[in-house]
Amino acid sequence: MSTASPAPNRRDFLATSATALLATSAGAAAFNFTSSQPAAAAEASSIRPFTVSFPQQEIDELRRRIAATRWPDHELVSEAASRRTSATLAAGDTQGVQLATMQKLIQYWGTEYDWSKCEAQLKSLPHFVTEIDGLDIHFIHVKSSHQGALPVIITHGWPGSVIELLKVIDPLTNPTAHDGTAADAFDVVIPSMPGYGFSAKPTQPGWDPVRIAKAWTVLMKRLGYNRFVAQGGDWGALITEQMALMAPPELIAIHTNMPATIPPEIVKALAAGSPPPADLGPDEKRAYEQVAFFYKFGLGYANEMALRPQTLYGLVDSPAGLASWILDHDADSYALIARSFDGEPEGLTRDDILDNITLYWLTNTAISSARLYWEHRQTAKAGFFDAKGITIPVGVSANPSEIYTAPKSWTERAFPKLLHYGHPAKGCHFAAWEQPKYFTDDVRASFKTLRTA
Amino acid sequence: MKLHKLATVLAFGLCIFSALANASAAEDRSIRPFTVSIPQAALEDLRRRIAETRWPDRETVDDQSQGIQLAKLKPLVKYWGTGYDWRKAEAKVNTLPQFMTTIDGVDIHFIHVRSKHPNALPLIMTHGWPGSVFELLKTVGPLTDPTAHGGRAEDAFDLVLPSMPGYGFSGKPTETGWGPDRIAQTWAELMKRLGYTRYVAQGGDWGSPVSSAMARQAPTGLLGIHINLPAVVPPEIAAVLAVGGPAPTGLTDKERAAFDALSAAAKMGNRSYATMMGTRPQTIGYAINDSPTGLAAWMLGHPGFSRWTYDNSDPEKSPDEVLDDITQYWLSNSATSAGRLYWEYGGRSVVFAAVERTLEIALPVAITVFPEETYLAPETWARRAYPNLIYFHEVDKGGHFAAWEQPELFSAELRAAFRPLRQDF
Repeated sequence: MSTASPAPNRRDFLATSATALLATSAGAAAFNFTSSQPAAAAEASSIRPFTVSFPQQEIDELRRRIAATRWPDHELVSEAASRRTSATLAAGDTQGVQLATMQKLIQYWGTEYDWSKCEAQLKSLPHFVTEIDGLDIHFIHVKSSHQGALPVIITHGWPGSVIELLKVIDPLTNPTAHDGTAADAFDVVIPSMPGYGFSAKPTQPGWDPVRIAKAWTVLMKRLGYNRFVAQGGDWGALITEQMALMAPPELIAIHTNMPATIPPEIVKALAAGSPPPADLGPDEKRAYEQVAFFYKFGLGYANEMALRPQTLYGLVDSPAGLASWILDHDADSYALIARSFDGEPEGLTRDDILDNITLYWLTNTAISSARLYWEHRQTAKAGFFDAKGITIPVGVSANPSEIYTAPKSWTERAFPKLLHYGHPAKGCHFAAWEQPKYFTDDVRASFKTLRTA
Repeated sequence: MKLHKLATVLAFGLCIFSALANASAAEDRSIRPFTVSIPQAALEDLRRRIAETRWPDRETVDDQSQGIQLAKLKPLVKYWGTGYDWRKAEAKVNTLPQFMTTIDGVDIHFIHVRSKHPNALPLIMTHGWPGSVFELLKTVGPLTDPTAHGGRAEDAFDLVLPSMPGYGFSGKPTETGWGPDRIAQTWAELMKRLGYTRYVAQGGDWGSPVSSAMARQAPTGLLGIHINLPAVVPPEIAAVLAVGGPAPTGLTDKERAAFDALSAAAKMGNRSYATMMGTRPQTIGYAINDSPTGLAAWMLGHPGFSRWTYDNSDPEKSPDEVLDDITQYWLSNSATSAGRLYWEYGGRSVVFAAVERTLEIALPVAITVFPEETYLAPETWARRAYPNLIYFHEVDKGGHFAAWEQPELFSAELRAAFRPLRQDF
């Protein structure tokens, strides 16, 4: 028990501090580059093929640990309360990921689940590694067979990875097989963020979202793309927005499925813990309440990772600990995931969820990925959802079950060159993963007018 | 203990509650003798898990700002898995008379040491998080046997050291509602059950809100309390801290120092663990129930440990001191159930006078301020917060775990603080 302020303090969480940004050195990856070359200084900018491969003994070791899971006792709240979504969730409803859900997950993970299927799927894609700013960056790069395809760099988030984006690769690169026309084609670049997945882990501080955004522009130019777009959700949205703020001439537009639209006066009201201002419309009022609740009761994990990521040793030593930490991202996606382990998959299957968690386990990236929250806290000038003054064209998906559903009014204010305001019928936080069709529709619609330029 | 709970405990191969066979499902007010006896298999399983620890990469900074540093944790965990001997801890606690009694449906474990001196003052003392009865053991001698520890026979206490519900060898609540108020009611029942008609209470960390709740409830027989993590922060200061504002003008030097300490702690994120357990204790629970290293790091993340060295040169802060405590959390599988106390309290801070409703306490309150506590309560604020403050003393040694770190000094403080109340006794 300790002694400071009484509740997760948003201002504290988002506080900025003057921290020297030190250059990082190349981080050694914790997995096997089976076909990549050591990054010789002279060839730092070379693009090397990369193959995903984990030794069987690591899979066996994971299964052994799963089987040896030592459980806590049952949470003290009901299943119904634990599964409430943001529309009805109240303080004190949930104590976190339910024991019954975790036991179903662990049972399946340790027996029927087969990582080799995911590995085979990954292996079917072209992977590469290139060193940028001293760090090996992994990325998937799929070119469309169609002429004039628009290059897009798509960025995952936490607790995501390239795995959350696999379902949209074919619809985007091969649109004629997915209800689209050749004019909808994209060349797709999907990097792993530093400290995530197959990218290297930084060994020095400084890899904040701004630095990642810079690295992505370098990557796209290194691939020869001089006119491209960018897309992201979660951290990917924040990084994509940072790219838009830098506005390199090659970046012509972005699409985000976690748009930061909160106007300055609303940011102030939220920081003060005020009730929703009286003049808000119904969509704005709902958004306000969603964000206020999330800041007050839903940020524990983000707070911990922003402040003490290294203290989370249990996440890299316990598969169950890692899985529960990853499941507890936001109320709506948790409820969706929990239902899928009940046998009612909707958007995400058990394999989807465990492919992603297994990737975190095998790459030992639970803590290195968490450090992105810490890095953001060192340098952030605004909150995740605060409008940031982007002036280049932006397309938006405002998913109905996102942490907050961006109202059209705020979105139009935040993005003066709004290309498209998509409002899919379904979708939580992991739009591309859960609802690849809606996601693809919105991405196509957003960039359609830019193709004739 | 209910049978299904007993079965669960045995199934985990953790503790053998030696007296549980006598427990009946009906309202059982009996006080049963208890001995700690951990099966060897549980200790071997712990050592195996420790040896197999899977480590993250090193933090990317050269200080504690990202949490528990890898180079600091590794040697402690290595010692835990090789040199450390739980049986010594078990022997230490088993030299003391321990009991189990069921109150309000939960088995309450407690140590009960009666003084040989007549008219000893009964004292119930409550540990905190990430503490346990282990943090209080070194005060048993000085408090119950003062003449052997520089005190006088008339300073003697009869000592009751319970494990809070969900902690250590006490049972784990199976329903919500076990916050400090309910624990306080339980402690009053415990003292009543032990036949004490006049007694005092003491606590730091969670023991402070529990003891304060007792004082607020003022059960028959409670004469007063002593706390070493008092809730003195006035409402107007709490309001500024809540929004991360600058220090108000007009503060005395000590008030300003307290404000600065609390403000800095908030900005440095010292309460992130409390935020997590206050909102999602179950989510962090899986990792710290399954990984000994994860549990150790999580517990050592408490700022009370930030200046501990775990160096054998300092007997009060040696590796064995913290590992006895951490090992007890592991063996009783109570990392998650203990964390729920934060959830029960809604993650609120226990140093704000309004949160603790200190103005409603009419009974006598005594406070000792230890210099390395996470904030130093100024006397001015203490007098505002506690209308019946009978004792306020700043000492020159000791931190958040005062009883653990400075047992002799801590005991001397309790003797002095409670001396005036003995006249009523």
